[in-house]
Amino acid sequence: MHIKKLATYLIAVLLLGAMQGGKAALTIEITQGVDGALPIAVVPFDTSRLSSKLPVDIAEIVASDLNISGVLKAMDRAALPANPHYSNQVQYPRWRSAGQDYLVVGRVLEESPGVYNIEFQLLDVLKQKQLLGRSMPAKIRNLRSRAHQISDFIYEQITGTRGAFNTRIAYVRAQKDAARKYVLQVADTDGYNAQNVLESDEPIMSPSWSPDGKSLAYVSFESKRPEIFIQHLATARRSKVSGFRGLNGAPSWSPDGKFLALVLSKDGNPDIYTLNTATKRLKRITSHRSIDTEPVWTADGNSIIFTSDRSGSPQLYEVGVDGGRPKRLTFEGRYNSAANISPDGKYIAMVHGARGQYKIAQIERETGNLTVLTDSALDESPSFSPNGRMVLYASGDTGSLFAVSFDGRARHKLSDQAGDIREPVWGPFDSK
Amino acid sequence: MKANNLIKPWMIAGCLALFVSACATTQEEIIEDGPPLDEQSQMSGAGVTGDGSGADATGLDGSEGGGVTAIVDDTPMNAIEMLEQTEGALANRTIYFEFDSAKLTSESIAILETHGNFIAGNGEVSVRLEGHADERGSREYNIALGDRRAQSVRRVLLFQGASTDQVDTVSYGEEKPAAPGHDEEAWARNRRVELIYTVN
Repeated sequence: MHIKKLATYLIAVLLLGAMQGGKAALTIEITQGVDGALPIAVVPFDTSRLSSKLPVDIAEIVASDLNISGVLKAMDRAALPANPHYSNQVQYPRWRSAGQDYLVVGRVLEESPGVYNIEFQLLDVLKQKQLLGRSMPAKIRNLRSRAHQISDFIYEQITGTRGAFNTRIAYVRAQKDAARKYVLQVADTDGYNAQNVLESDEPIMSPSWSPDGKSLAYVSFESKRPEIFIQHLATARRSKVSGFRGLNGAPSWSPDGKFLALVLSKDGNPDIYTLNTATKRLKRITSHRSIDTEPVWTADGNSIIFTSDRSGSPQLYEVGVDGGRPKRLTFEGRYNSAANISPDGKYIAMVHGARGQYKIAQIERETGNLTVLTDSALDESPSFSPNGRMVLYASGDTGSLFAVSFDGRARHKLSDQAGDIREPVWGPFDSK
Repeated sequence: MKANNLIKPWMIAGCLALFVSACATTQEEIIEDGPPLDEQSQMSGAGVTGDGSGADATGLDGSEGGGVTAIVDDTPMNAIEMLEQTEGALANRTIYFEFDSAKLTSESIAILETHGNFIAGNGEVSVRLEGHADERGSREYNIALGDRRAQSVRRVLLFQGASTDQVDTVSYGEEKPAAPGHDEEAWARNRRVELIYTVN
């Protein structure tokens, strides 16, 4: 207790570069599977010739990744009919009668103590041939990352879409009884390797990844007012980029990484601005007596989609980066906010409120068709994966993170024991 | 509602004298040393949400002998004594709102007019208006909504003659709920503006 008390008197914020390596903060639970997912068997990799046991089970990580994609369904390990490690050990008919379309076999070889080579092969059970074979160097510290890369190779080979398993997410954790109540963290997409970016006694909000995946912009109330910071993740070096009177909120990086869109109320009420991060030049984009907030850039960098209640309730609008008259994008439902645009620009995910429930929905830009993706009542903060196949979001009902496939068919929960997790943002392909 | 949204330099001195080990070192921290409410309302630094038992700033009152003597005294009350009163409009430091609205009820306006007159008549007083929202919808929109609520309150105070130097606003959106639940009862308590006084 004395320590906790003392801690409240210390400086409000601690910056930590890297810590808690390998600590599992989150675990994954599939909450909604998909009929028609392609069956794939991932055989445990051969590790029998290693001088010491590996700290991670590579095949298990790969199977888990493929499962959460909703596109593939990994066979239960206990049901595997055989245990081959090389393609020439495979008896295809046994896998065919076990109902599998694909098979992954592999082995870990030791070059020197702690230095490995991971080899794997992806086999087509029906055609009885190899689709993919790779050998990749690894060390203890990047074994999980290598496993996610294997998932990416397999996923891309089968679906034709680049995998996003080997990327990172950022989110804010609120902890009731901890010395620091708010923590900004980054973690692997499966929740492992969680690292603290910022800890504070006061709220931290609205993390946004730089397009190169090296920095985060965020809002911190550490001075008891909202201010926007940019922090380089590897060095923990940061700078305050916005601390005007009133609101400083909702930072969002432009696709070229040169600008932040943000919300300021210094000129009266919340409006959208852009900030050139190099010259610090500020430009006002909207000017309306309503609330304008939550700006995000379109993929071409030419316009900004934002939330405004100028029509009487929050709806999404689009405006050119040179200003002009905003165009309304959403008409269905009383409350549409917090837009996030798919990497191909075809879809907008958002918080959609109707009949007192707040769910994640998406609209197809070309047709305006709206699809509700989730089924709880307090969902928020949608964020597309960099390949556009999944949407990460937070559910206020349980204080935990979920990911749902872009079509709403598959869903999994990143569950957690400690604290209330919110505002997840999926990093770019280069975020590792 | 108790008169505990109040921070005064003299309290620090009294506090230091009587409660050295329990005392904080800055004005903001004093309010966090209040009796345990739920964590959320402690975070907001305001005891307004705890009805009755939870809302007494025990250490602070005790250090000065309490506000009771001021009430029976014939001499006009100074700003500190007025803020220490546990009854009346000035003791009411939380204004509540409807969903997605910053509209003030006529009762709220009456309360705020009293605050505005008080601030206008006491140049040594300043107030920080902390706007809040319930958890529904998106977080940055709720920040803007909390700001709009704080601005509604600010306008009434300024209209009564409070100067812009005396009135400061900040919005915490849904980040610092006063009530932790996920139902209408909790949401109603969270859609609020808190008036946090400082006497210089």
